[in-house]
Amino acid sequence: MLKITSRTLRSMAMPATLALTATMALSAGAHAQDKTFLIGIVEQQLANPFFAKLQQAGVDAAKKHGLETMTAESSVAGDSATQVAAIENMINRGVKGIVLDPANASALVKIVQKARDAGIIVVTTNTSLEPATAADASYETDNLAAGELIGKWAKARLGSTPARIAMLDYDLSDKTAKARHDGFLNGFGIAEGAPEIAGTALTQANVETGQSSMENLLSAHPDINAVYTINEPAAQGAFLAIKRAKKDIALTSIDGSCSGVRSVADGTIGATVMQFPTNMGTLAVEAIVTAVNGGAKPSGINNSGTILITDNPVDGIESKDSKWGLENCWGE
Amino acid sequence: MQTSDRVRTDTGQAKIDAEPAGSPPAGLFAGLRRAATGLFAYPVTGPLVALILILIVFSVTTSTFLNAGNLSLIFQQSVVVGTLALGQTLIILVSGIDLANGAIMVLGMVVAGSIAANGDPMLGMLVGLAVCIVAASINGLIITRFRLPPFIATLGLFTILTAAARLYTQSRSYPINSDFMTILGEGPSFGLVTITYGSMLWIALTLVLAYALNQTAWGVRVYAIGNSPAAARLNGVNVNGVIFSVYALAGVFYAFAGWQALGRTPIADPSGYQIANLDSITAVVIGGTSLFGGRGGVAGTFIGALIVVVLKNGLTQAGIDSLYQQIATGFLVILAVGADQYLGRGQRA
Repeated sequence: MLKITSRTLRSMAMPATLALTATMALSAGAHAQDKTFLIGIVEQQLANPFFAKLQQAGVDAAKKHGLETMTAESSVAGDSATQVAAIENMINRGVKGIVLDPANASALVKIVQKARDAGIIVVTTNTSLEPATAADASYETDNLAAGELIGKWAKARLGSTPARIAMLDYDLSDKTAKARHDGFLNGFGIAEGAPEIAGTALTQANVETGQSSMENLLSAHPDINAVYTINEPAAQGAFLAIKRAKKDIALTSIDGSCSGVRSVADGTIGATVMQFPTNMGTLAVEAIVTAVNGGAKPSGINNSGTILITDNPVDGIESKDSKWGLENCWGE
Repeated sequence: MQTSDRVRTDTGQAKIDAEPAGSPPAGLFAGLRRAATGLFAYPVTGPLVALILILIVFSVTTSTFLNAGNLSLIFQQSVVVGTLALGQTLIILVSGIDLANGAIMVLGMVVAGSIAANGDPMLGMLVGLAVCIVAASINGLIITRFRLPPFIATLGLFTILTAAARLYTQSRSYPINSDFMTILGEGPSFGLVTITYGSMLWIALTLVLAYALNQTAWGVRVYAIGNSPAAARLNGVNVNGVIFSVYALAGVFYAFAGWQALGRTPIADPSGYQIANLDSITAVVIGGTSLFGGRGGVAGTFIGALIVVVLKNGLTQAGIDSLYQQIATGFLVILAVGADQYLGRGQRA
């Protein structure tokens, strides 16, 4: 499962500002009719700790404002039907805002339109609809920016050594996978098909396929010295192959799960980019509260944060160490 | 049943003498003979020639394919699917199919992994084995008692067990630290070449199963049921009993496959091996076992599993996009089944 999000200064400042605005709005409008209302939160399958964290953050943020929430989640990956039914129910129940983590970018456009026609503010999290303007706004990881961070780090780490890169991808028709892939190449400063790319392989974003893909690539190109991986399980698999081949390779990844950050701490992964499901859920609910209470309506695609986590920082790229990472990671 | 009435080939198949046996119970032999018409040589030579051709092509077209390190890697990469495919072969031989085998293996692995994480790897392994056998037996039970088509029964179990493994683990994976649980990934090493215990185990399991299928009465019944359950039943074979035993035994192989998987990748991960079920079917089919049942064997499956892995490995060495690798594998499957259809029709006419 891909988990997709910079805790830059900007995004750290944003929740604080939003919270402040919302608190002011609440206290100023204590007698306003929108003092309490219902918010719907539609997630993807909660067995994935990323989605569970996102939903919990949304519920907590709503609770902070004394608001009730109504939650629903898809049963398996890509299950948009359950989400459509959930949104229909939420429209009937008269929610004022919906936080949606769409299981499918196009399948939910119609029902979201219906909700917005009914005057409901719909904010997507984690990933946006196609087109993104189908919802009021989106709070998600800028995966292109995330890829660029590890691309730049790998480039700096190699220094003057000629690069031999392995790309461990996930299905590139997946928006997130493509953005991360393109971002890495941008950050490294090379184009698709550049001679620096020794080989690419398609993984299923898990340990097992990360391992066998890396074994095959290393067998074909023993000179590989930098690796991009779609997510941390794939990186952990790649490391098993690298360890067996006894190579010193700059291994990079994206996600910021606690397991991934531990791999940074023990030297398995050179650098990873953390994304922030908690920010997504909190920012989305705050935006809805502000808008419902007469404040500005949210708009656009907003980066919920991307931060480079590494214990080998390089000049010119802002990063945090694995200790900070362990305090801010998500999942197990 | 007298073993002297059967002629063995070295192709992992039992062949029944076409001449009347002349010894009681004559009915059984007549039935088995009829049933065995389909058994006639669908030799393992087809897959073997294909494998050798593929090996030659990659050796000539790439500079990195043909070296001892890479060849030992291919063996290591084959063991999991190869072991799963042994169970799958049994099931396909009785005209069944198992879409749940990967999910059964993964559930066994995560249960074993979670118990091992609490400090008892031996208990974990035993419970994992039990999980695999029970789950596989549920398949057998649904298919024999309730007469559900194997495709549907195992598709249902596949869906249930995939979700169950996620729920059980809360989508977490368990790193394995026990040497015993990961021993199959170890083995004598010569430079970059490692002959893992897992590779040895895979070969041993293949030999044991080939023996059971070719040298025991149970094996003959398996082939007989695959050819014609009605004929087998008429001849006194407990068809449901044998089919159930096939599914339950397959569970033992899935448990071994899970052990192989922990040796290769020391982590019990509920998101792993999502398409191992299809890969195992691919290995069986490319290995020349008929999806209609009754023809083929584990020697072919052994080669079939190697072909699946060699294709992926060799095409990567040749720098060919992974999507084309999948296309190549798909073509091979269609080719293998097409050949089977063609031969099957010829023999059964």
